[in-house]
Amino acid sequence: MKDILLDKPGKKIILLGNEAIVRGALELGVEFVSTYPGTPASEIGNTFFKLSQDKEYKEYFEFSVNEKTALEAAIGASFSGLKTLVAMKNFGVNVCLDALMPFVYTGTKGPTVIVVADDPSCHSSAQSEENSRGFANLAHIPILEPADPQECKDFLKLAFQISEKFKIPIILRTTTRVNHQRMPVQLGKIAQLNLVAGEFIKNPQQFVTLPPRVLEMKKELLEKIEKIRAFAENSSVNLIDGGRTSINKKAGIITSGVSYLNVKEALKELDLDLPILKLGFFYPLPEQKIKTFLRGLKKVLIVEELEPYLENEVARLAKEANCKLEVVGKKLLPEIGELKPEIIISAIAKFTNYKLKSMNFRSSPRFATACVIGNWKSKIPQRSPQFCPGCSYWSVVSAIKKSVDPAKVIFGGDIGCYMLFGTPAIGMQDYLSCMGSSIGIAHGIKKALRLGSGQADSQKLITFIGDSTFLHAGIPALINTIFNKSNPLIIILDNQTTAMTGHQPNPAMATKINSEYKFGFTDPDFSAKGDGCQPAIIIEDIVRACGVKNLKVIDPIKQEEFVSAIKEFLEKEEVSVIIARRMCVLFAKSLK
Amino acid sequence: MTNKIKEFNIVIVGVGGQGLLTMLQIVAEAALLNGYEVRTSELHGLAQRGGSVEVHIRFGEKIFSPLVSAQRADLVIALESQEALRAGYFASTKTKFLLNQHIIPIPLAKALTAEEILTSLRKISKDVNLIPASEICRKAVATDVVAGIYLLGVSVFKKILPLEEDALIFAIKKIIPEKYLELNLKALNLAKS
Ligand SMILES: Cc1ncc(C[n+]2csc(CCOP(=O)(O)OP(=O)(O)O)c2C)c(N)n1
Ligand code: SF4
Repeated sequence: MKDILLDKPGKKIILLGNEAIVRGALELGVEFVSTYPGTPASEIGNTFFKLSQDKEYKEYFEFSVNEKTALEAAIGASFSGLKTLVAMKNFGVNVCLDALMPFVYTGTKGPTVIVVADDPSCHSSAQSEENSRGFANLAHIPILEPADPQECKDFLKLAFQISEKFKIPIILRTTTRVNHQRMPVQLGKIAQLNLVAGEFIKNPQQFVTLPPRVLEMKKELLEKIEKIRAFAENSSVNLIDGGRTSINKKAGIITSGVSYLNVKEALKELDLDLPILKLGFFYPLPEQKIKTFLRGLKKVLIVEELEPYLENEVARLAKEANCKLEVVGKKLLPEIGELKPEIIISAIAKFTNYKLKSMNFRSSPRFATACVIGNWKSKIPQRSPQFCPGCSYWSVVSAIKKSVDPAKVIFGGDIGCYMLFGTPAIGMQDYLSCMGSSIGIAHGIKKALRLGSGQADSQKLITFIGDSTFLHAGIPALINTIFNKSNPLIIILDNQTTAMTGHQPNPAMATKINSEYKFGFTDPDFSAKGDGCQPAIIIEDIVRACGVKNLKVIDPIKQEEFVSAIKEFLEKEEVSVIIARRMCVLFAKSLK
Repeated sequence: MTNKIKEFNIVIVGVGGQGLLTMLQIVAEAALLNGYEVRTSELHGLAQRGGSVEVHIRFGEKIFSPLVSAQRADLVIALESQEALRAGYFASTKTKFLLNQHIIPIPLAKALTAEEILTSLRKISKDVNLIPASEICRKAVATDVVAGIYLLGVSVFKKILPLEEDALIFAIKKIIPEKYLELNLKALNLAKS
């Protein structure tokens, strides 16, 4: 951590991909940073947060309430001329897409880069294996794809240069194996920030998207993209590597990101030398460079994770450049899950008709035959994560089990540590979607169950939602239950932090923590807890203001009180809310 | 270091909270100090709550991928014995296994015995070593949070992990916070005896 500030240009230090992004930002003099946590991007915000606790730190940093407010804050900063960075995981783009689309039209004033972290194989993603490359054609936003921590730093700088030059926001798209890869990274000089206040100069011509101007803007945007494409044609981040000693010059590979490193590894393993076109730009693609690469080949293997976006583009370009070319991709590589080196070894072997049996495997012959995909299956059952010992969520589970027959109640799940309610041992999660959706879906279910019968539904519904998630996207859904009259029981799990992503602060967390506070309390009067304990947002005030009449704030370890509240509220005709407030024990420990 | 290794691949497995990330950082720093290229891969997320964890460290003359390929591990260190079985995916006849003799039960499953685990692993490699690291640490320093450091010590002192002792000590001093340093160095020394 302290290494990140090391002022020794030229020295190589080991950095995590996410740390390299932070270091790059410090070297190029970023002035404004906003984020909402989400793995595998979380350490970017965490590192900035730690830095910002220091008085010496001058740049602006915030954990925003969600990705949309994070991006909107960044847009405001960019419009005011500041060098701006935003970071989020892939799902965050869904949340901020509405603000992103027009931002690409208006373009930037201060250069702006958005780091978006994808997670092939869903190592730390519940809801889908989302591929943010899909946003490129939708939003016409340039996307760069680094392969490792060194490139994270270098490409971030390049992204800022492009943003500065072409006045457009850029996405730096990473994947888990880039964000969470470590390697020695060569340091540059940290920028000496001479911070001056941003300046908003009125310019409705640029900042206001309204017809008919908006269509002109689209035209300008498409022209910009062609200019950036021309820039990409000459950029050294799209490079041709290898193939010089190759006898078989007719087969080539196109790849990008961490897959490039795995391709290099695979070629080393197979002792093959094929020409590789490594693309640093995913959008806009350097079409001429690709066509030139394709012209000399008989077949090309596209090594990309998830959907065949690149393969489809190459197939299109091949029609113009080399119509006999065989374009191979998803025929040999899976569309689901990350591409581990052995998967790529096997695909390249098939692609080049390489006899794997003749490979010089260091393993025993018995295992060598099955080796390439590594078919070892261990006989031990999966070890699922569990709530930490002493986690207040155990008390929530026990209170529910004392109050109702779980088999007869519908349980709504949401995103956070409490997703573990869905494990077989607990069995209290009947649906799970995106952040904040537990309440919205609960409303739909309750309305659906009532339809036509004219009478109150017999099936009860309890939904869970964490404090961070409630503030992120739960409030409009709560208002909808009031406005359109449904009656789920909503339990807001207020553990005073955004736990699952690494205990980031959120608006409902006390700004200062005193000892009494740590052990959880149910007294809604925060100010009575001593100086400065008041959170920025008091959840019960919001719930009340939304018009909820049935509301209780309960310490979940007070089981009797909790059980009687659940029983009472499940009989209500209107929506009910219980705020179960007790600090996450892991977070409390870290405060000691 | 005179005899440079071309490539060395380590997979460390265990259960969230056993300090795998710290071990990864220490090995990476030591390898850098010994003049190697190094790349590592780790996973974050639910790790702190008792799920299986697996980290990869690779060093050598030229390293491309941050991931160890199937069957390419030179060394597997398991901080929990059962987890070693999952790492079988990365092992071949040449792989050396160092297992902490320590079982953390998997909820709803019958815990495997050390014998069962060793029998399975010896089908892949003959070099499977069960070491009571947790017990030794608990006896000597009253905690087994340093079992991983002890095992790193064993692997360096026994020349299973081709890094220099000085580099390891330097890396430990760099990565471990001041207040836990003495404890960690003690654990390292235990591995010497
Ligand atoms: C749109 C989006 N952004 C970020 C995430 C990553 N994420 C997963 S869990 C979580 C935090 C949930 O915090 P909270 O609701 O307070 O629950 P806790 O983990 O504290 O129980 C976040 C931000 C996500 N899944 N979707
Ligand atoms: S991190 Fe906190 S909220 Fe999550 S399981 Fe552990 S104690 Fe519970």
